[in-house]
Amino acid sequence: MPDDVLSRAACESIFGQVADAARARGVPDIEVIFGGEDQALTRFANNTIHQNVAEREVNLSVRPVIDGRTARASTNRLDQQGIREVVEASIAITRLTEPDPELLPLAHAAESGAVRRFYQVTANATPQERAQAVAEAIAAVEEQGQTAAGIYSTGGSMFSLMNTAGAAAWHHETMARFSITAMGADSSGWAKASACRHSDLDPLALARSAAGKAAHSRAPQVAPPGRYTVVLEPAAVLDLVGQMFGDFSATAIRDGRSFLNDRIGKKIFGENITIRDDVCDPLQSGAPFDGEGVPRRRLTLVDSGVVREIAYSRQAAAVAGVAPTGHGFPLPNEIGEAPVNIVIAGGDSTVAEMVRSTERGILVTRFWYIREVDPYQKIFTGMTRDGTFLIEGGEVTRGVRNFRFNQSLMELLSNVEALSTPVRASGEESVDMVVPAMKVQGFNFTEVTRF
Amino acid sequence: MKDTALQALDMVARRGVTYADVRAIEIRDREISTKNGKAGHVSSSESMGVGIRVLAFGCWGFAATDDLTKEGLEAAAVLALEIARAGTAAHKSDVVLMPEDKHEASWVSEFRIDPFTIPIDRQLAVLLAVDAELRHQPGISLAEASMQFERRRQVFASTLGSVIDQTRYTAGAGFSALSYKEGEIQRRSYPNSFGGQYQLKGYELVEELKLVEHAARIAEEAVALHAVDQCPEGEFDLILDSSQLGLQIHESIGHPIELDRVLGTEANYAGMSFLTLDQLGRLRYGSDIVNVVCDARVQHGPGLGTFAFDDEGVTAQSTDIIRNGQFVGYMTSRETAAQVGQSRSNGCMRADGWGRLPLIRMTNVSLEPGEQSLDEVYDADHAIAMQTNRSWSIDDKRYNFQFGCEIGWEIRNGKRVRMLKNPSYSGITTEFWNQCAAIAGPEHWTLWGVPNCGKGQPEQVMGTGHGASPARFRKIKIGSAYAG
Repeated sequence: MPDDVLSRAACESIFGQVADAARARGVPDIEVIFGGEDQALTRFANNTIHQNVAEREVNLSVRPVIDGRTARASTNRLDQQGIREVVEASIAITRLTEPDPELLPLAHAAESGAVRRFYQVTANATPQERAQAVAEAIAAVEEQGQTAAGIYSTGGSMFSLMNTAGAAAWHHETMARFSITAMGADSSGWAKASACRHSDLDPLALARSAAGKAAHSRAPQVAPPGRYTVVLEPAAVLDLVGQMFGDFSATAIRDGRSFLNDRIGKKIFGENITIRDDVCDPLQSGAPFDGEGVPRRRLTLVDSGVVREIAYSRQAAAVAGVAPTGHGFPLPNEIGEAPVNIVIAGGDSTVAEMVRSTERGILVTRFWYIREVDPYQKIFTGMTRDGTFLIEGGEVTRGVRNFRFNQSLMELLSNVEALSTPVRASGEESVDMVVPAMKVQGFNFTEVTRF
Repeated sequence: MKDTALQALDMVARRGVTYADVRAIEIRDREISTKNGKAGHVSSSESMGVGIRVLAFGCWGFAATDDLTKEGLEAAAVLALEIARAGTAAHKSDVVLMPEDKHEASWVSEFRIDPFTIPIDRQLAVLLAVDAELRHQPGISLAEASMQFERRRQVFASTLGSVIDQTRYTAGAGFSALSYKEGEIQRRSYPNSFGGQYQLKGYELVEELKLVEHAARIAEEAVALHAVDQCPEGEFDLILDSSQLGLQIHESIGHPIELDRVLGTEANYAGMSFLTLDQLGRLRYGSDIVNVVCDARVQHGPGLGTFAFDDEGVTAQSTDIIRNGQFVGYMTSRETAAQVGQSRSNGCMRADGWGRLPLIRMTNVSLEPGEQSLDEVYDADHAIAMQTNRSWSIDDKRYNFQFGCEIGWEIRNGKRVRMLKNPSYSGITTEFWNQCAAIAGPEHWTLWGVPNCGKGQPEQVMGTGHGASPARFRKIKIGSAYAG
């Protein structure tokens, strides 16, 4: 289990060795980050398990602060020699680095919000348990005359930061993920979920949902490209809207690379869009402290369409004369900070109601290969995938061939007509977030592919 | 490391397996970057571990560990076998591998200057000199420069009796200049975007790139882009520089020829391929002048896909993929070669570290140089030329793609007449390659490195190589990224 891989006590012991070794070399100020994981993943395709893996790894990284300079050295060798060598390497490269006049002293200890995200039963999940669930999921898809591919992973991880200024933060959590693609002769359907407690997942239900989508979208028709009303399921919202949160960063704005330059305090989205960053949300995951050990503060990034708050690392906060928000990445880095525990407020609609209220539109299960076209207008391109349907007269009538889109996120979030209750969504292009389904007017599909 | 690999192999072999291989890997890397006159990221890291792959009960099992004690290896060996046994719960047919010879070899990639012998302050000084040149240009909001180096030693041992000790040195370097002005962000990069150029070389790569000499021009272009016209929308002849063409090859040829995708084993994440088995030898992939190889051999060049043996102990090879426009080859593994009746793997199995299972990955998938001069490639009445990738996207079967570039040029009668901003183009893979009208000769051919190709679950990030010369394509859809 990950906490056995590197418990808090083990981290404290290694930290003591690192601090002693650094002090013996004339370096009193040092920070240590520990990372560890024990993960297993059962992968299936063509209705059979074909890849089945497990990995155990720990990492120790050391960052001294010497006369306004800093650098980082890392190793996965945690024996005495490995520890001594990584300390020596970190000091050597730090002394060769240029001083940074904005570099701050190490962060002091601070109390983070309490989160419970480690479940022993998930850490203990066996290959047999995963294989059994996979076998049942495959059977559900095979019953439909379809082919299944997907993954079921379980495992745990830990993250800890300790420094000679007194910070001593430690976090562990478990995570389970199940995703499945059901494929018919000319159609497919997909479903995915993640949870800190694997008993919260229902692989069989996900398999049935994917198989249902594949069955309903068989013999897809070509719908011409153009502007459509779309109903975006939560995974589609997550993967597309999730692309913009790296810009809610004081450093990105200072660099001129954020679309929020000259837009803070302005209304750039619709009245019905409110977005928070909240590591303590019960559906969220992750450590309650950042890459310098600063507790993550809850932020209201967008309030009724108006950009209100952004993330500040310690350094960005010092430059701006404000308090850090606890969203910094481990130093040294170029990108500063970003909110990573996004919660988008929902509404009282449901996907079924969104469909019923749509005369003609497209229902999107997921997006794929999303890339930024224009960094300031926040235009993204990408494809629909694994369950794209035509809505006619308030009903999902048939599958359609997949579209390419080129869509501004500012325009999208200004055209939201309805939102569902937010759920923990899991996709492939953004980190897991808590998001609602959305009904959006005027979504810009520019091309159609061959399937 | 050899002892560790053989010890781990013995632990699984004596428990009874159909086949097993072990990769003991030691990785050392260094990353240095600067940003707006300061050191941005200075780090070094090392990682050692062992990945044990077993074929037992007709199924694969894999376990990896960084606990290299006898107990740690034993636990991983037992777990790999337990995982293989668990696979029988959803098992249709036994895995079959095509034969491979036993190989005993030791190989180190060629390099002139060991990057780890160059002091970090000297490497930082190069980047800070680039940075100063970039910020000398008024209007630059963000100047970033970086270099990365890796030394990876791998000892592969298998129950076939192979023991292969390989060490590869890779290097990467580049810079970019970003300009924010009045509601618009423009960026230029050199020699390529997303970190620059990456090759199987030592520090000599950094010297060859002559970073400082190119900085002023790149910064000037980044600022100039604000004032030029938007790339028009419509159908035009398209001329691509070799780095953008390298990415075009990667996305629209490299991925679809992965036989595991074709056979469905990547369907849930990376996707599948339009190159179904019935297309082999039949599909007209491109025009007559399009010739593409997948070549991991040293003689192809110092690519990120160059090695002596792949990660299941198969010798590096060159495979024809497209010959005179005809689709003739896939990238394979020992298992997939067996599934399609081929007599031997063509050596494309690679893993991104000791913790991951080898998958079919691109080695160096390259467009062979043509016979035209650069003037002949540009010899169009009216065309749009594009340089340096800015965005890239393609569907999960690799038909429909769209690329954006950092800078474009309108070409009239073979000459650049004006700079254009926000250029993009899109199309369907085979339609695009069949419109290829001219390819520049070998003197313009560059073997580019893509350092961040993602595939697999859990995801693996791999470096791939793509050689290309500038080329011209007829009547391509341009500008749709900003349409509507």
